[in-house]
Amino acid sequence: MTDQNNNKELEARMAETVGVRVGPHRSWDPVNQPMIRHWAQAMGDQNPMYTDAEYAAKSSEGSTIAPPTMLQAWTMRGVTGQHAPGTKERTEAQPYVLNILDEYGFVGVVAVNCDQEYFRTLKPGDDISHYMEIESISERKDTALGSGYFVTELWTFVDQNEEKVGEMRFRLLKFIPPKSDNKPKASSADQQNKSAKAKKAVRPRPGINRDNRFFWDGLKEGKLLIQRCKSCETLRHPPSPMCPSCRSLERDAVEASGNGVIHSFVNLHHPALPAFDEPNPIALVELEEGTRLVAGLVGIEPEDVKIGMSVKAEITQCDEELTLALFRPVEA
Amino acid sequence: MSQTVVNQTANRVSFDQVEVGQKLPELIIDVTAEQIVAGAMASRDYQDVHHDKEKAQALGSPDIFMNILTTNGLVGRFVTDWSGPEGMLKKVNIKLGAPNYPGDSMRLVGKVTEKQQKDDQNLVEVSVIGKNSMGSHVTGTVLVALPLA
Repeated sequence: MTDQNNNKELEARMAETVGVRVGPHRSWDPVNQPMIRHWAQAMGDQNPMYTDAEYAAKSSEGSTIAPPTMLQAWTMRGVTGQHAPGTKERTEAQPYVLNILDEYGFVGVVAVNCDQEYFRTLKPGDDISHYMEIESISERKDTALGSGYFVTELWTFVDQNEEKVGEMRFRLLKFIPPKSDNKPKASSADQQNKSAKAKKAVRPRPGINRDNRFFWDGLKEGKLLIQRCKSCETLRHPPSPMCPSCRSLERDAVEASGNGVIHSFVNLHHPALPAFDEPNPIALVELEEGTRLVAGLVGIEPEDVKIGMSVKAEITQCDEELTLALFRPVEA
Repeated sequence: MSQTVVNQTANRVSFDQVEVGQKLPELIIDVTAEQIVAGAMASRDYQDVHHDKEKAQALGSPDIFMNILTTNGLVGRFVTDWSGPEGMLKKVNIKLGAPNYPGDSMRLVGKVTEKQQKDDQNLVEVSVIGKNSMGSHVTGTVLVALPLA
């Protein structure tokens, strides 16, 4: 009950913050060539429109321009954290919704989206300010990071004539971190996953049992094996305890040549899995020995995969524990 | 950081040349502490998690990580490296995923998803994905205006 009351109180307080415009936040410096140069160098961006005065003078713009993606940089407060002169500070009547959420234990923050639109190019001499308002707040959502609210901020950038030059929608999730110690851990509206260490995405592990162990052991030795019935010599895949032809439980294995054709395939678009490319081309390969197996394709663009295409197995060590047979198209 | 040297002045993609489905040359960014700090400073972003490893670790990250403004800058660069300097960025919409930590590398790939002429502009929409060793660092769409021919 208390929780629900708290939620109601919180949501009422948050609702009051929506649409309240704060600002202007002024820039410390007008758009200028040195800051543009620092930015271009940091990004490794050699676009001559940004830094080559001679080139830019001959362009339709007539002079160098600021990289459009630099939009937000102009009004940043900088190392002192102080607002530039002329900035209209937030008043007590304009509480920041993220601070309200902190009070209720939603201390985790992660940036989700950043959408920028540029209405005109900015050039040295332009003087940029921004206004910010909360555009929307979602209902409470349960997410993988914890329960919380998605907050969308709308930043409007204007020039010295108060004309709109750009817009930014910044969406972030404020959440209650699991096992929260209720201390605001991160005040930055920025990308971070506080609980997770940098972990390399790996492919899923196979389920190994007594029937299929030989197959996975074979791959580790660089062999693609096919199970064979010892009684009637019928090949079968995937591995199973009993021969579907003669019901014998006796079995061994033979090594496949690795040559096959694509019997069928899918390009997996959803869900996007970190260890795989997206889309992820997956084939049902018919081996020349006659059995079929499901395997990933390499060395081909998803849109170029065709049924009937010749492929060859490549025994690939994906990580320390996992070796797979992937298939690569063979030039006809 | 990775410096794919392109002769930008010679690079020119026109609206007429572009086909939906066309791929952009990929861009590999070798993420280093130096680059993360340089990007943060160039964007005037002094959040400690972008330059102070100990403070980043105190907040649960294994290391400092790239700030969003740098990601924006790199996505913009990726598209104008392809279009050439006559390409003008109109929109950069990104969704953020796995952080970029020093020692990782991010591969930016993209393709043209739409062409349209609107308000005297020749607009091309490019979908962009930047993957690092943990998965997608950034996915998004960029709208760029190109010269007609």
